[in-house]
Amino acid sequence: MEGLKLKLDDLQRVAEHEVDFQRAYKYRINVCCSSGCVPFGALKVLKAFEDAVKEFGVDKECKVARTGCIGTCSVGPAVLIEPGDYLYQSVTPEKVREIVRDHIVLGLPVKDMLYKNQAYFQKQHRLVLRNAGKIDPSRIEDYISAGGYSALAKCLATMTSQGVIYEVRTSGLRGRGGAGFSTGQKWGLVARAQNFPKYIVANLDEGDPGVFANRTLAEADPHAIIEGMLIAAYAVGAQKGYIYIRSEYPLAIQTLQKAIAQAKAMSLLGDNILEMSFKFDLELRFGAGAFVAGEETAILASVEGQRAMPRPRPPYPANSGLWKKPTLIQNVETLANIPLIVQNGGLWFTKIGTSKCTGTKCFSLTGQINNPGLIEVPMGISLREVVFDIGGGVPDGRKFKAVLVGGPSGGCLPDTLLELPIDYDSLTKVGAIMGSGGIVVLDDQSCMVDTAKFFTEFCVDESCGKCTPCRAGLARIKEIFDGITQGTGKMDDIATLEKSGVFIRDASLCGLGQTAPNPVLTTLRYFKDEYLEHIVEKKCKAGKCFKNEKEA
Amino acid sequence: MSIGTVKLKIDGVEVTVPEGTMILKAAKDNGIIIPTLCSLEGLTAYGGCRICLVEISGSPKLFPACITSVSTGMAVTTNSEKLKEYRKMAVQMLLAERTHICSVCVADEHCELQDMANQLGVDHVMFERNWSRDEIDSTHDFLVIDRNRCILCTRCIRVCDQIEGVHTLDLKLRGKDSQVIMDLDEHWANSCSCTSCRKCAKVCPVGAIYIEGEPIGHTKRKDIAEFILTRRNRK
Repeated sequence: MEGLKLKLDDLQRVAEHEVDFQRAYKYRINVCCSSGCVPFGALKVLKAFEDAVKEFGVDKECKVARTGCIGTCSVGPAVLIEPGDYLYQSVTPEKVREIVRDHIVLGLPVKDMLYKNQAYFQKQHRLVLRNAGKIDPSRIEDYISAGGYSALAKCLATMTSQGVIYEVRTSGLRGRGGAGFSTGQKWGLVARAQNFPKYIVANLDEGDPGVFANRTLAEADPHAIIEGMLIAAYAVGAQKGYIYIRSEYPLAIQTLQKAIAQAKAMSLLGDNILEMSFKFDLELRFGAGAFVAGEETAILASVEGQRAMPRPRPPYPANSGLWKKPTLIQNVETLANIPLIVQNGGLWFTKIGTSKCTGTKCFSLTGQINNPGLIEVPMGISLREVVFDIGGGVPDGRKFKAVLVGGPSGGCLPDTLLELPIDYDSLTKVGAIMGSGGIVVLDDQSCMVDTAKFFTEFCVDESCGKCTPCRAGLARIKEIFDGITQGTGKMDDIATLEKSGVFIRDASLCGLGQTAPNPVLTTLRYFKDEYLEHIVEKKCKAGKCFKNEKEA
Repeated sequence: MSIGTVKLKIDGVEVTVPEGTMILKAAKDNGIIIPTLCSLEGLTAYGGCRICLVEISGSPKLFPACITSVSTGMAVTTNSEKLKEYRKMAVQMLLAERTHICSVCVADEHCELQDMANQLGVDHVMFERNWSRDEIDSTHDFLVIDRNRCILCTRCIRVCDQIEGVHTLDLKLRGKDSQVIMDLDEHWANSCSCTSCRKCAKVCPVGAIYIEGEPIGHTKRKDIAEFILTRRNRK
């Protein structure tokens, strides 16, 4: 199929051909080979499956596929056998023969090894991750047979660019990068700008510690991102796009590179896409390890080849972005929603989530929790449902203490706020942010002062140094924390922390500085007693602080 | 193409300025001085020091006056209690960031940071001060950089790039570790691009870059960019 120049009508044919091809197999064994499962030995498991099906002589009726993340990262390597969606956990090469023998040859699933926690998937709603763990990301045919690129074909054949923007606006989709700006509105701004050429930048610079949603998406379903960009390009009139990805994501880079090459070979990228007069070219750009480069304007500087330092807005990138040309910047998760919205219509999308925040959001669930992993939930779900129903609560009989929502610049929320619905506005109200979608659960063994100190240290290291509050202010806050956690804290420190935190939030240039004090301000708001305990009694109940630096 | 004018209110005073003017300039032209450290006429705006933040009615956010352009009907407040408090905070953070000791500084009494602190009534620093021990480079024949006094306003970098046109100076590292460097972090004497034009010393608001043996009052010349640009335009 490679090298074939596709026309509009060909897509359907490729999909049908591929479906027939796959129907020839009675079973499909999906082995998760994403960055989460590979360290557990997923590649060896994959090899073992390939050998085992040959050994048992079932290789003609059994397809072994290398897929992206299935979602149960804590019990990897995960293997999904279709039909029936039998999910095996913690598979080792030694267990593979047993699975093939019992499940494939004899038709009896190995019950002991199946993933039992059904609640983990019940409350999820997988839109963005629709293909994750089901298709082979290295084969464009897999994506096409799952309905891929049909939304692009629909746009090119039957929709005007305004029509596409109308659907996106109707859907109520908001930017998944964290700020939550209306995607339809942003597209409208770029489409209206009368300055050419226009650019699209897909943001895959996911720098937050413990967050891996975008990486997983790119590893599992790269073509969803590419199709989203193509539709966006068609809507706003851009002919050139960049995917900005961290160098720390080698597998995602490899997957995307392969996907782009395949799309080019099939004339889904380049000149005359699908033999229509629509042109779009796509390049990867690599980050060099700066958290701030994920900021909307710093990413522009970095793509241009300059220091990743944010620029003041206005002018907004929609009018003056890359090389001062109109530029659409979207998170890859936002883009992956687009094909579905075009295919099913904007109204369909509004039925998921809440009225103000439609759709779903991916979260990386980590910390002291029974089922860590990548989840996708409808907007408006409560924190309690995420932490206790999906996440399975805190392990080892410990007590839940707080949940940090929104990555290193998110807010620490106590148990009294567990009923809070997860959407942009509710989170902002209590001092947290949607951010990049990191949820870290803390149990009663964690010290909130130490936690706030940890995230402040991260932001001090990652501040670009351009504006005074973020550069000089955060460093001072960190010093105050050093004092409090080493026994030289004063009562005045609390007021100083609060005052400087509010100042840094209000006066910083970009999102990094404006949100960096969130962990400090929320822990002061909800866990002030711990600060007092540290300062007055010089005691840390969790036993994290007052250690000699050299000892630790 | 005629340039339109814009009417707005700054601190209750109605002013009329050309379209596209920045709030800082609009205020200055009408006798309202908004304090600033990194901004310098003739150089591109940077928006880094956050001293010139102003309030615009109708928005909960604060805007840097140096890079926010005027628009019709805008009502700007440049001197509310909150802004005064925030400016003091920013100056205190700068003073605490590196080794700023006025009594032994070459720029004493000719220092914009010192003036700003006086003007805003900064009588103490609420933070523990961080005594930095960054490198002092005096290898050049007469130009000296003492990085312990640098406030990272990047005026020197901008004047070197935009007026002198050589871009000898730039930043290395990031965040609190940022440092002004010459070429690819050479000693100043080894810089092959530096033309020894002295403009960096002239625009430096503090005593970080200065000329050895020259009275500081003679060195500091804030209108250098404007001076050169108008000379060039006049031919």
